[in-house]
Amino acid sequence: MTTSFSLPRRRFVQGLALGGTALGLGLTPTQLFARQGQTGAPELRGNQFQLNIGAADVNLTGRNRPATLVNGSLPAPTLRWREGETVTLRVTNHLPETTSIHWHGLLLPFQMDGVPGLSFDGIAPGETFTYQFPLRQSGTYWYHSHSGFQEQSGLYGGLIIDPAEPDPHTVDRDYAVVLSDWSDQDPKRIYATLKKLSHYYNFSERTLFDTLRDFREKGVVRTLKDRHMWNRMRMSETDLADVTGYTYSFLVNGHTPAANWQARFEPGERIKLRFINASAMTIFDLRIPGLDMTVVAMDGQPVKPVRFHECRLGVAETLDVIVEPKDHRAYTLFAQTIDRSGYARGTLTPDPSLSAEVPELDPVPLLGHREMGMGAMDHGAMGHDSGAMKTMDHSRMNHGGMDPGDMNHGDMSGGMDHGSMNHQGMSHGTQDGMDHSAMGHTNHDTNAAVPFAVSADNPDLPARQSATEHADSEYGPGVDMRAMSPVPMLDDPGIGLRDRDWKVLTYADLEYAHGLPDSTQPEREIVLHLTGNMERYMWSFNGIPFADAEPLELYHNERVRLTLVNDTMMHHPIHLHGLWSDLELGDGRLLRKHTLLVKPGEKLSYLVRADALGRWAYHCHLLYHMEAGMFREVRVVPRHQHHTDEESRS
Amino acid sequence: MKASMTLSGLLVALIAVFVGTPALAMEGVPARFGQILVDQLEARDADDGTVAAWSANAWYGGDINKLYFATEGERLMDRGGETESLETRLAWSRAFAPYWDWQLGVRRDWQPDDPNRDWVSVGVMGVAPYFFETEANLFLGESGHSELRLEAEYELLFTQRLILTPEVEASLYGKEDRDLGIGQGLATVEAGLRLRYEIRREFAPYIGVHWEKKFGDTADFARDHGEDTSDTMLVAGIRVWY
Repeated sequence: MTTSFSLPRRRFVQGLALGGTALGLGLTPTQLFARQGQTGAPELRGNQFQLNIGAADVNLTGRNRPATLVNGSLPAPTLRWREGETVTLRVTNHLPETTSIHWHGLLLPFQMDGVPGLSFDGIAPGETFTYQFPLRQSGTYWYHSHSGFQEQSGLYGGLIIDPAEPDPHTVDRDYAVVLSDWSDQDPKRIYATLKKLSHYYNFSERTLFDTLRDFREKGVVRTLKDRHMWNRMRMSETDLADVTGYTYSFLVNGHTPAANWQARFEPGERIKLRFINASAMTIFDLRIPGLDMTVVAMDGQPVKPVRFHECRLGVAETLDVIVEPKDHRAYTLFAQTIDRSGYARGTLTPDPSLSAEVPELDPVPLLGHREMGMGAMDHGAMGHDSGAMKTMDHSRMNHGGMDPGDMNHGDMSGGMDHGSMNHQGMSHGTQDGMDHSAMGHTNHDTNAAVPFAVSADNPDLPARQSATEHADSEYGPGVDMRAMSPVPMLDDPGIGLRDRDWKVLTYADLEYAHGLPDSTQPEREIVLHLTGNMERYMWSFNGIPFADAEPLELYHNERVRLTLVNDTMMHHPIHLHGLWSDLELGDGRLLRKHTLLVKPGEKLSYLVRADALGRWAYHCHLLYHMEAGMFREVRVVPRHQHHTDEESRS
Repeated sequence: MKASMTLSGLLVALIAVFVGTPALAMEGVPARFGQILVDQLEARDADDGTVAAWSANAWYGGDINKLYFATEGERLMDRGGETESLETRLAWSRAFAPYWDWQLGVRRDWQPDDPNRDWVSVGVMGVAPYFFETEANLFLGESGHSELRLEAEYELLFTQRLILTPEVEASLYGKEDRDLGIGQGLATVEAGLRLRYEIRREFAPYIGVHWEKKFGDTADFARDHGEDTSDTMLVAGIRVWY
């Protein structure tokens, strides 16, 4: 890396120590409230709320910049509710444009879900919308705007629902830690910039000097072969984040790293930290140097406790952990971004005058064969393992967007011979009578095949032989690659975290705390491939953007499997509104979530009980991916309608 | 007269096609973007004085369909200034593959002394493997004239901001055009090497060299007029976009 930080740049990354101090020069308190936003979220308790959405300025980088705030604060107030109660929220729009609030992860009538165009028409300027719904769950969630790019400009806040029954994990202190990304740029401008030059914000691109260093370290031949692969594919191996620390300041509860949000504790106390990734675009790797954490809930839902040291938190995910610092010292909450272009930072301390060292950012990790969807082929230890091989669909291997001839399989670390892999002792797909469901989902406790959902009326549901097969709609200008052999990666810590000396939490470590939340037997399987074209900044499911898509229909109360295959080089946090996503961990275990971070080259499945009628949003929670079209409407419709349809068709 | 009618007809058809294919974003608002890129705006230290040269393009549209405009030209800066060449092209650009657009358009060469030349253009533009920005255009003009133009450009990063851009362009003609001193076959090859520093992504001053050479009959015509058939120039300029 040849990047050198100049002084102003450094200040930009770390932000201002002042945070959002309101400098009211000659303004009355009313004017001040209206014009200057505060950083740091107050907590509001109760079941009746008046929320005012308005424009205000915040100063995070030394400049006053416009923000979209709830009650004048960044983040929005943390709302504290109690399970079993009914909450009423009057939301008034003081903006000149339509707004909305979506209650992320909550089970509620779809008209209360806050997605303009699906749940309701949105809240027009000057109008008040009253949300009212009973609370049927407890845990840590969050809320945010679902209109335009308002979420990026500050409209997000924490949501804590205390359980009706006493919490099994008693703690002395309880903090919501809202992580987010802030830019002084207008988010519309960011999106337009990505459309013009998608790598605009990536300042970790490979340079000539990196190649010369590789010549020295890896040898000329090996380097050229690696380069050949990336260059032929026209992909960047450092494309980990679309929007980076170049424009973002990363915040903890509205505080820049320099402003250093603090949480107090006394040594020996049990502290609950409720991490909420409320970013528009940023995936964080979270750790507290010197302190292990014990996870007790993810996405609001209780999990069997697991001790760990670091965790990757996707956009929109939440993680409840308990820490028990014994020493009289400060600890740094350190959340570096997946692309290592910046970090959010806070401090856990018994004394406000103490702070702890802030770790260096890690080197930028490089995407590899695994992220390209070449599955297990790059790690020698796993390469010949039959379990891993089972998930590879060899019948489609040559149908990918990549020409296997370019891939130099002979030179991969596993030293595998592609030719022999393809033809010796391998069944070629389903024609050989292989049971697809047993092959694709090795962890089922049943061998009963789950039929794929097929609909002549919906291009998302073509007839298919396997989940990894690429639909015809994936071949077009909007899709720049298709994973040849996506594999399960639930126990993979992920790029940049694989060589840690400490425990990195993965989905495979987690399990719903109270056994099985629901059945493990789906009736149908819906397959969606996550697709995109980085160069053109197009994002979609199955190569079809939302504008061209049909709603996905689920039958009321059915149990359906959703299988996602990530055909892109990026991580995508996929969120289904209104219904739980029960991630299939294998061995009949489930992890109950609302948002799933799907790694590049990964294939994963989860089960959904379609127990809430209505129109729900289903999308990538990277804001600009969603806007670009990685979005679907999911309609839960009465079952009888469908039986009639199918009978009349057959 | 007839030619310009054909041109305006094409133009209308082109815009109609472009406007008639909206791409809808999430909230039903057409998602359209635009960019103006002045790729080269430079002074060239040529044999017969300082020459100002430019190459710029602009587009407006959605992910698949775009209206595309390009212009390039040269102007002699000494002796009061004289525009040596000015070319404008308007095209409908449509994405047909992950890295490729085809383009259908019209081009006009504004001649200072001779009648303007009008062309219809068909081409492809995109990123070839190895990140070569590539453009190939076939121009069909009046009286059976035709030109095939091939361009390729590469970006080599010394650092995240210091970028070397080699580029090469070749023009081949299907028919001699004596008025303009162009012979049949390979007529000109231009190559450039420009080193820019991106103060911002959108703003980069650069220095470089630009080389031009005429071939075949085109070279002979030049010699007949007492002109050089090749020229190597130092250049300095800026690259800006919005």
